[in-house]
Amino acid sequence: MIEAILSQLFQTLLAVLLAPLMLGWINNCRSWLQNKSAPGLLQPYRTLRKLFHKDAVLAHNASSLFRMAPYIIFGCMVLAASIVPMVETNLPFAYAADAIALVGVFALARVFMALAAMDIGTAFGSLGARREMLVAFLAEPALLMVLFTPALISQSTSLNTMVATLGQREFALFPSLAYAAVAFVMVLLAENARIPIDNPATHLELTMIHEAMILEYSARHLALMEWAAAIKLMIYCAIGIALFMPWGIVAAGSWPLLPVATLVLVAKLLVAGGGLALLETVSAKMRIFRAPEFLGMAFLLGVLGMLTHFLLER
Amino acid sequence: MNLPFSAQLINLMASLLLLIAFAMLSQRRILSLIYLFAWQGAVLCANTLIVAWSTGQPHLYYSAMITLVLKVIILPWLLHRLIVRLNIKWDVETMINIPITMLIGIALVIFAFNLALPIAQWAETITRSTLGIAIASVLLSFLMMITRRKAVPQVIGFLAMENGLFFAATSTTYGMPMVVELGIALDVLVGTFIFGIFFFQIRETFDSLDIRNLEKLKED
Repeated sequence: MIEAILSQLFQTLLAVLLAPLMLGWINNCRSWLQNKSAPGLLQPYRTLRKLFHKDAVLAHNASSLFRMAPYIIFGCMVLAASIVPMVETNLPFAYAADAIALVGVFALARVFMALAAMDIGTAFGSLGARREMLVAFLAEPALLMVLFTPALISQSTSLNTMVATLGQREFALFPSLAYAAVAFVMVLLAENARIPIDNPATHLELTMIHEAMILEYSARHLALMEWAAAIKLMIYCAIGIALFMPWGIVAAGSWPLLPVATLVLVAKLLVAGGGLALLETVSAKMRIFRAPEFLGMAFLLGVLGMLTHFLLER
Repeated sequence: MNLPFSAQLINLMASLLLLIAFAMLSQRRILSLIYLFAWQGAVLCANTLIVAWSTGQPHLYYSAMITLVLKVIILPWLLHRLIVRLNIKWDVETMINIPITMLIGIALVIFAFNLALPIAQWAETITRSTLGIAIASVLLSFLMMITRRKAVPQVIGFLAMENGLFFAATSTTYGMPMVVELGIALDVLVGTFIFGIFFFQIRETFDSLDIRNLEKLKED
């Protein structure tokens, strides 16, 4: 039991502490690919430190919801990070919530983010919140569809069991998982405010979604929001790794293999980050009205994955 | 779910084929449509090669070669030349908007899979489970022909449908006899030539490739 709790702690801390590094790596890759000089791998940490040292400024009409929201969102992300198996499938927390509840945790964080954005009553806040909801209500069913395909293969909705069955069996090609993987990447881009849907580096009024929502935040609140966004990206990458390339995630109780599994995870995250940066460099941002089509495509691919599972893999 | 590796590869190719069919359905640019068509041919060729290798059917190697030469090289090249000569720069126009087309596509796929499942249970070929995908890609190509206004995408839809039929033949009976296959290949090639001539005629008469013009019986 102690072992399980320790490994749970180790993994949650790993996700929370490595998340800004992952963000830094993606930003660096993007800069290299776009012929800019890179800001350095540790830049997100420096930003966070700077923000934590500043004094918070709140609008006069900010309610307590506005002040609570960053903590709730950060908490949701930490909870989500403790559900997804990254290095080991021995997670006591994982029994608390399955893949569907995980989607619910993300939804909870999103609702609070949108509420907080509308709380101050500025035009940008509500604009960002509306857009976020537009993207989210389309991305959520697509994400569920993506999760259903591995759930069908492994006969369980618990992420732990999914990874255990997918990662620790003999090698087999699953065409349905290929569909699910493509759909998952599309959902990942949409949910994490990456480039075809939203540009994470912009502060241009008419195009921003995520940035518009956190515009009113400052200092430690902003730091928590940005950190939570980094953790979310990290979790999404980890889910992708857990479902579509689960090799290297060790079974419960194999302590000596833990450092190896951690190294494998870091290597996979590096590859995933590089791929994400490449994807963002070669594609242009879409008009917001194209987003439903993009996410409709993701939903469709998820459904196709399920259908091909029934046709080909039974 | 313990299929031999070759069957898994064939299933993978089949699902790639379906993916390409959907990509074609959602595509707005003619040039990308042609590239997708070439990719479809390449996947088809790879699939035929895998089937030939895993079942030891020598004539399938020839049909794979025909697929490679005709559908990956010659036809896309012809179509490409055609759109350069016709100077087509506009994007593809659709009758129904693309998300709705996609939803209809999903309905077609479900229909095709349901149709194929009972048939596949009686078959004993290594490729039996891919019949549903073959039917689905034929139906999706049909859908593409129906929902496009301009002549060139319709022709690409027609050629994609032929790809789907070829795939159906490979998956149900390990391919058609060589004579039939050669005949079809020639038909497709000549058909494309004739379509090319038609394009020029249509454009000369109506100044556009919109086939709605052909629906008028009288000159105004």
